[in-house]
This record gives sequence, C-alpha cells and structure tokens, in this order.
Amino acid sequence: MSDQLLYATETALNGLMTGVMYSLVALGFVLIYKSSGVFNYAQGVLALFAALTLVGIQKGQVPFAHLINAVTGGHLETFPWQVPALLAILLTAGVMVLMAIIIEKLVLKHLVNQAPIILFMATIGLAYFLEGFGDVMWGADIKTLDVGLPQGINETIETTTANWFGYGFFIDNLDLVATLVAVLLVAALTLFSQYSKQGRALRAVADDHQAALSVGISLRFIWVLVWSIAGFVALVAGIMWGTKSGVQFSLSLIALKALPVLMLGGFTSIPGAIVGGLIIGMGEKLFEFWVGPLIGGATENWFAYVLALIFLVFRPQGLFGEKIIERV
Amino acid sequence: MKDMVEGYTTPDGRQIGGVLMELKNITLRFGGVVAIKDISFDIREGEIRAIIGPNGAGKSSMLNVISGFYVPTEGEVWFHGQKRPAMRPYQVARLGIARTFQNIALFDGMSVLDNIMTGRLTLMKSGLLTQAMWWGKAAAEEDEHREKVEKIIDFLEIQNIRKTPVGRLPYGLKKRVELARALAAEPKILLLDEPMAGMNVEEKEDMCRFILDVNDEFGTTTVLIEHDMGVVMDLSDRVVVMDYGRKIGDGPPDEVRNNQDVIDAYLGVAHE
Repeated sequence: MSDQLLYATETALNGLMTGVMYSLVALGFVLIYKSSGVFNYAQGVLALFAALTLVGIQKGQVPFAHLINAVTGGHLETFPWQVPALLAILLTAGVMVLMAIIIEKLVLKHLVNQAPIILFMATIGLAYFLEGFGDVMWGADIKTLDVGLPQGINETIETTTANWFGYGFFIDNLDLVATLVAVLLVAALTLFSQYSKQGRALRAVADDHQAALSVGISLRFIWVLVWSIAGFVALVAGIMWGTKSGVQFSLSLIALKALPVLMLGGFTSIPGAIVGGLIIGMGEKLFEFWVGPLIGGATENWFAYVLALIFLVFRPQGLFGEKIIERV
Repeated sequence: MKDMVEGYTTPDGRQIGGVLMELKNITLRFGGVVAIKDISFDIREGEIRAIIGPNGAGKSSMLNVISGFYVPTEGEVWFHGQKRPAMRPYQVARLGIARTFQNIALFDGMSVLDNIMTGRLTLMKSGLLTQAMWWGKAAAEEDEHREKVEKIIDFLEIQNIRKTPVGRLPYGLKKRVELARALAAEPKILLLDEPMAGMNVEEKEDMCRFILDVNDEFGTTTVLIEHDMGVVMDLSDRVVVMDYGRKIGDGPPDEVRNNQDVIDAYLGVAHE
C-alpha cells in the first residue's frame, strides 16, 4: 500500500471512532424523541451534569460547597473519603434516575397534550437551569475524570500494523473502549425495546398515546423510564467525553455535533444515530485529510453541518427516518 | 330485585348472568354543553349490550366514561358491586375493561403480532429488572402470552398478516386487529366504539360474526356503540337508546324498535 493510502486508512479508522462518540450523544436524543416526540435540547447538558456528578461523587466533593461556605462562612471542600469508580458510576446512575423523576414531576406532567414546540421550549429552559445547577452544585472549575479507562496509543495495533505495512497506526485505547461500550449499549437497548414488556410499552407510547392508555400503560411511568434511560446514556457519553477532554462547560456543546448526526440518521432511528455518527466522524476526518490542505484547513468545524444541510434538501427524513407522507 | 342477581335467558337460549357494571345517574358536562344527562343503566355478565342513537347523541361520551377517558361530572360507576373511584384510563384498563376506538387507535409502526401483544401488558407479571435482564422467568412468561395471542390470531383469521406493520393494512383489517388487541387482555368488559363504521357489507358481516363468536366462545361481556339500527338489532341482547344526551329507551331489541320515542328520534318528528 502506498503511504498516502495508509495515512488515509488510519484517518478513516480514527474518524469512525470519533463518530462512535458522536453517536453516543445522538442516541440520547433519539430515545426521547422516539417515545415522546420531544426534541430534548437539554441532552448535552444532561451529559455534562452526569459527568460533573460522577467526578464530584468519586472525589468526595461536598455538593453546594460554595453556597454553604458563603452562607456559613465555613471552609468545606471535600469529604474525607474517595469513592471507588464503579460505585460512583452506580450512584451517579441513581442520581440520573432521580433527575428523571423530578423532571417528570416538575415539568413534563404539567405539559401533557401540549404542542411539541412547547415541550421543546421547556427543555431549553431545563438545559439552562441544569447548567447553572451543575455549577452551583459542583463548582465551575475544569475537572479531570478518571474511572480507570485505558488511554493513550494502543501498542498492539501499532506494532502489528508496523510489521504488516511498515507503518504503525495510531489508535487511542479510549476510542476502542468507547466503541465497545457503544456496541454493548445499542445491543442492550435494542433487546430491551424489542423483547421486553417495558420496551414494548415504550414503543407503544411512542406510536399512539390514546391507544397506549387503552391497553393499561401509564404514560407518566413510561416518561420517567425514558428520561432515566436517556440520563443513563448521557452518563455514558459524559464518561467518554469527560475522560477524553476533561469535564467542563464545553462538554455540553457536543450536543451541537449530535444535531447533524440526527439529520443524517433520522430522529427516530437508533441504527440511524449510529450510522449517522460513523459517517460524520469518518467524513469530516477524511475531508480534512484530502480537501483540507487545499482550502486552508479547519474544515472539521463546518463539514458536518454542510453535510446535514445537503441531507435536509434531498432527504429530509434522514437515512433511516420514517418517510413523511402527507395524505390529502 | 330478584333478577339483579339471577339474570335472564335470551331468546336463543344463552344464559345471561348478574349485574357486572352499573351506571348510576351519569351526567357529563363540557363547560355549558351537556353531553350526557342523568343516564342510568346496567351491564350484565355475558350479554351483548348496545348503545345506539343518532349522531351527537352522546354514545361515544358514554363509552369514554366507562373506559375512564372522561370523568363524569355527576353520577357513579359501579363495577363488581363496588363503587369505582375516579381513575385514569390506564387504571381502568388494568381492571379488565378493554376498548376499541371509533377512529382506530393502533400502533402503526409495530407489527400485528406486537400490537396484539401490547394487549397483554396488564397481564404480565415480571418486573422491570427481570424483563431488562431477560432472565428465564421473563422468557417463559413471554412464551405463555405469545401462545394465547396466537389463539386469538387464529380465531380472528388474521394469521397471514401477523408480521405486517399495522400502518400498511386496509381499514377493515385494522379494525379486526384492534379487536384482537382488546381481546388479548382477556377483558371482563369489551367496549367497541362503532366497530362497523366505514365498512362495506362483507366486512360488516365478518365483524358481526366475530363479535357473536367472541361472546359465544369466551363469554365476553360486550358493550358496543352503533348508529346503524339494523346491525344492532340482530346482534345485541339489550339496547340503550340515546338522543341529545338523554336515555329514551332501554330493553330488548324488539321492545326498543316499537318504542315511539325511539322511532321519533330516528325518523324525526314534526314540530308544532
């Protein structure tokens, strides 16, 4: 193989894995959109909040420390303990479920039968509230997240490819783990939604509220369930992105990258979220590799959005979305 | 009140049981509009009970009261000899009251089989965790429910469309799938909102046959709404006639047919 082709292959592989990370975020959007027709603007902030909470619990931070100190004049910072990573993840998952219950009680319950745009506006409000709440609860400083995931170059792949092609591929261990986790997550979600009682109820609610009520499904329970699952997916995305680039406000902006993924894959399709993520991840890396140098680089900032625009013009329902047919 | 407990025998020799549900002085108002005005009647175990009346008489509202989609402004619903507290529709469904809708409410994106399986959700016992983990118990339970559903599919003669997404089916078959889903819940009371509306003659005959067969085979208590008098008279054991939210007749078809108020409501009456 020529050197050029080898570099391109390596770029494509890395792109695919970045794509997996986009897919993880897009998944959360799809889950909520499918079951309630709501575009959840807060999904990115949910990931940020999950990551903040995880770091906080793991490092034994005192929640609302600044607030408490300001009121009492004390100097609380951390508890005298650290929590093991696995336990901290479980506790954070618990917090996300609690969050789902509170969101349903305080927000969704009061907006039943409202137009989707109203619910969308509510999630914008939720996003800003949660952002501030996370800051107050855990502090606004940049944190590092380490739950023991392997990081850095995978040496096995590097030496193997070096032996084969005379050029070692640089693949990050964390990206490999993210891919594995994404595969497991999608498999679990698919099994759950296709073959379990609650999964069937979930699909039923997504399809028709009235019919769902008539077969004895509680809409409120299903909403709590969906938001819990979305919260859990946000936690997974938060762990991956947080480990990769630190836990800070900009983490919530990965939601922006999920938008073009959704436009490509369709808002209602779990496989769509995955394939859309892969296409955008690989597309933007390869575009940068081949076309970037010709037009001055930095194409990764806009490539995904242009691709999404093209899709909006020619296939607005996305690759896997349901075709929109208006009967007259 | 002897026959409250004992029931009666139909002309074709079926034994009808005691009172299963009783509606007492139901009134339903939407703002200033009175949809149902002070209506009482009972539903007996094993009978086919029809509610008929011209368009806008309040029949669907009545069905929505029974299925919990509307909460009556006044009046009480008694079920199994007990007053039913105010409930949400999904709670009523869990009591064993299954229904179909006038405009068909199916899950269009799901297959016929999956649609009918949702009818059994209230009967499934496994909890969230067992289900999520897909342990043996949940799997065995799924098989058991699947078996019951297959029986209903055979019964309603829809074997060949089992895997078809419901959205692709023609209207008449959708109505039949909706009936299958309601039956899957093994309901104590089956509510059918205009099961024959919009059907051609052949489809109507099929649907009639299924309603009778279901009642015959499973002894299902059935309440149905229809505005086509002819169909109802052949099908039902007792008929409630509504007009402008009031009850103007109640009794066996032959009796109702000769009721002067009912004739006036259907044929119109000259106003002075």
